Amino acid sequence: MDTHHLTRMANQIGSFFEAMPDRQEALAGISQHIKRFWEPRMRRELQQYLQHGDGAELSGIVLEALQADDDWKV
Amino acid sequence: MDLNTIHDTDFGTPARVSERMVTLEIDGQQVTVPEGTSLMRAAAEAGTMVPKLCATDSLEPFGSCRLCLVEIEGRRGFPASCTTPAEAGMVVRTQSDKLQSLRKGVMELYISDHPLDCLTCSANGDCELQDMAGVTGLREVRYGLAGENHLDSPKDESNPYFSYDPSKCIVCNRCVRACEETQGTFALTISGRGFDSRVSPGQSEAFMESECVSCGACVDACPTATLQEKSVIQFGQPEHSKITTCAYCGVGCGFKAEMKGNQVVRMTPWKDGKANEGHACVKGRFAWGYATHPDRITKPMIRSKITDPWREVSWEEAIAYAASEFKRLQAKYGKDSIGGITSSRCTNEETYLVQKLIRAGFGNNNVDTCARVCHSPTGYGLGQTYGTSAGTQTFKSIEHSDVILVIGANPTDAHPVFGSRMKKRLREGAKLIVIDPRKIDLINSPHIKADYHLPLKPGTNVAMITALAHVIVTEGLLADDFIAERCEEKSFHDWKDFVAKPENSPEATAEITGVPAEQVRGAARLYATGGNAAIYYGLGVTEHSQGSTMVIGIANLAMATGNIGREGVGVNPLRGQNNVQGSCDMGSFPHELPGYRHISDTTTRQLFEQAWGVELDPEPGLRIPNMFDAALAGSFMGLYCEGEDIVQSDPNTQHVTAALSAMECIVVQDIFLNETAKYAHVFLPGSSFLEKDGTFTNAERRISRVRQVMKPLAKYADWEVTQLLANALGLKMDYTHPSQIMDEIARLTPSFAGVSYEKIDKHGSVQWPCNDDAPDGTQTMHIDGFVRGKGKFFVTQYIASDEKVNRRFPLILTTGRILSQYNVGAQTRRTANSMWHPEDVLEIHPHDAEERGIKDGDSVAVTSRAGETVLHAKVSERMQPGVVYTTFHFPESGANVITTDNSDWATNCPEYKVTAVQVLPVTQPSEWQQSYQRFNQTQLELLEQAGEGKA
Repeated sequence: MDTHHLTRMANQIGSFFEAMPDRQEALAGISQHIKRFWEPRMRRELQQYLQHGDGAELSGIVLEALQADDDWKV
Repeated sequence: MDLNTIHDTDFGTPARVSERMVTLEIDGQQVTVPEGTSLMRAAAEAGTMVPKLCATDSLEPFGSCRLCLVEIEGRRGFPASCTTPAEAGMVVRTQSDKLQSLRKGVMELYISDHPLDCLTCSANGDCELQDMAGVTGLREVRYGLAGENHLDSPKDESNPYFSYDPSKCIVCNRCVRACEETQGTFALTISGRGFDSRVSPGQSEAFMESECVSCGACVDACPTATLQEKSVIQFGQPEHSKITTCAYCGVGCGFKAEMKGNQVVRMTPWKDGKANEGHACVKGRFAWGYATHPDRITKPMIRSKITDPWREVSWEEAIAYAASEFKRLQAKYGKDSIGGITSSRCTNEETYLVQKLIRAGFGNNNVDTCARVCHSPTGYGLGQTYGTSAGTQTFKSIEHSDVILVIGANPTDAHPVFGSRMKKRLREGAKLIVIDPRKIDLINSPHIKADYHLPLKPGTNVAMITALAHVIVTEGLLADDFIAERCEEKSFHDWKDFVAKPENSPEATAEITGVPAEQVRGAARLYATGGNAAIYYGLGVTEHSQGSTMVIGIANLAMATGNIGREGVGVNPLRGQNNVQGSCDMGSFPHELPGYRHISDTTTRQLFEQAWGVELDPEPGLRIPNMFDAALAGSFMGLYCEGEDIVQSDPNTQHVTAALSAMECIVVQDIFLNETAKYAHVFLPGSSFLEKDGTFTNAERRISRVRQVMKPLAKYADWEVTQLLANALGLKMDYTHPSQIMDEIARLTPSFAGVSYEKIDKHGSVQWPCNDDAPDGTQTMHIDGFVRGKGKFFVTQYIASDEKVNRRFPLILTTGRILSQYNVGAQTRRTANSMWHPEDVLEIHPHDAEERGIKDGDSVAVTSRAGETVLHAKVSERMQPGVVYTTFHFPESGANVITTDNSDWATNCPEYKVTAVQVLPVTQPSEWQQSYQRFNQTQLELLEQAGEGKA
């Protein structure tokens, strides 16, 4: 699947949660949203992108959320 | 409840509701009725039908025909029973020699100006004038027919569905009053005076040239053949009927299908239907001819490639071929390489079966529904804040609303029967706030003027809702007690601090929304302090990149002001299609099982595993846009698409068709060769709503029966086709009636635990939740607590869409639908409704048009980053400068060639409402349109080779 499209979707999710005053809640919200709504091949693609790339296409909070939690991974 | 009677009892005047009852005597019989009830109705309830012509129980009494006179002991004269309220202790006589004589005299006058062609009249057998002649014992007409009369008045046949014959008009005013009271259009009047009086649309115009919206309320109200359905004129009076539910919008009107054998003669709105209470619109009442249109495909067909001719085959061969292809694909590409799409146009039972087939038969969760592209943000937003995905009220609740806030919806076009109900409440004095980029009709219609219209720029909803919240918080308008008792404290404080920030004030956001701050402040104050305030919203809320955030913002606002949990208030998504609510309830989304339970929930999953005898995948499946992306990436290769036309309805058409072209097996189940079917390899003929049993669930959570009135034209109802496919794939299904499917749904879904066909038949309809806690269903949600416990606030940061205007694409395109057409138009385009809307046009503001040298009717190219199409321009001040609008009812228009694949952050609901475009005059169709014409022509030829008619 198109990695650029997936990172863009992840950043959109990040933008919603980033406004939360509780940073931990926001981080958990991002990774849990991806776990609960993204089909495994989409998560796998994102996972591979993180493993093999520098994550530059991801916003700071999304990168932090995905690195802080393994639960979303396939 | 008699569900099969042709003629309903007409009580003459509407029922009254009062805690005080009065007892009186009518014809020697004691009768007790609510205070305010007319003598006519009181008599009818006691079984005595007082003669009448101008009265009918859907309209307020008028007192003009003088037939319903009665005698009241101790009173002089002969008062009209329709306008005289029953009083305690009254002694009333409905029949005497004097009354008989008076009534006969009145009838003589009516008949002296009426054609005596009863035997050849289309109303013969259903004419109240004829009935009254019988009841009053009319035996002669002393005045003869030689005097001045209207017998030669010309007919108006301009409306495709009904004729107007003034020679038969008795000037009872019922049609005029129906147009005013029931529909709220005020298109009809009585022109002329005295003997010259006649019903007239507008200023003596033909019906089609007038303001008439062809709802048919006047036809329903007419006691003679003056206003008569052309289908009745053609076929004669029906001889039996069945109650069923409309297959158009999410209002879910109850209808009586009036039949002769297997022939539908007319559809009349069901008086006892709680969603519509006897009203209908031009689609539901009249646009049902598509069901037997020659374009219907009634034979299964297969082909290896979409460049091959279709080949008609037996059901057995088609099902076996589809099953073998799906098995082949899973063997070659993996279990997750196929999936399916359910449709909001199908019944609950059908959508339930499709998701069951995919989860238990395909062995994955790649099931989605067309709600993905309309109300999926409602599911997410209301689920997060309140705990379940549904509107909170009944439609009737609006009768208790003091303030009505309409956001991104156009009820008079898209949900017309509810729109009429809304207009009635507004005429009674409720205040109206409209948040919409366009001047929708509701803003300024007869006897209605919006108190506030906030014409925001498309894509700025969240800035607007947060600014409204800012005013409520900073001006001390919060419902503190409600919040303290009913909502999560931390989430409330987080939200309160957020919205109170200066950058969220109406002054600060005015530049974003384009709406002056004082207007926003006024609207917020009115919503918070005006009494019962109800929010109704549509796809102008959801179809944005921040659709889910906006739904959350709406839910926040209702909680913050305590406008939730009682009649007259609430949050009400106006669902686009007939069964959007139901298709979502039935577990059509890839991440949740029926009843909105996440697929990862082990307890729920085990419940279904036990019932279905298979192990279920705990991971969410692909959503529709993800399916397209996966197809282009080579990992999604087969699709079962029931009743949905993704090629025409989903955004970025060229992306969709590329994805479909990349798949190896597409199975389409539909009543027509729709645009998606032109990319299919297997076509399974579907059945219309007239051909099957089942249920639809409307925007009020109301589950209503769909009843079979004719056998399926292609042999099987849709649920039976899914069952055949399931069995061919090795998933055993042996239902013999959809009621058994509903019984299974009830066993497995707590909010449906008490639902059965028996209960729906008993009550007419049932609103979920329906279980031990609410055995007869639930009218108003969240009365004592939210489904999730305490309501949860979320901060709603406005984030501008990625779809930006610039010098190359300086205008914003927004899309919607119109009264006479319905979504992709597959149904309404095959009816006379196209007389009102024969093509999709581009509405553009005069300033933008002039700047580009565009005149009304010119061909214009609409170009976006995704594609280009050519439409005719309609210069209209309904648009604000900078914004253009079109509908998507015709495939050749290519409205979705222009829309992009930007989508809502939470749900991937497409951002249909914001597309940056340029509009310029041109002289020929776009490249896409030319290519579409060639492709379409080829596909129609390939269809003809299968021996079928044109698509």
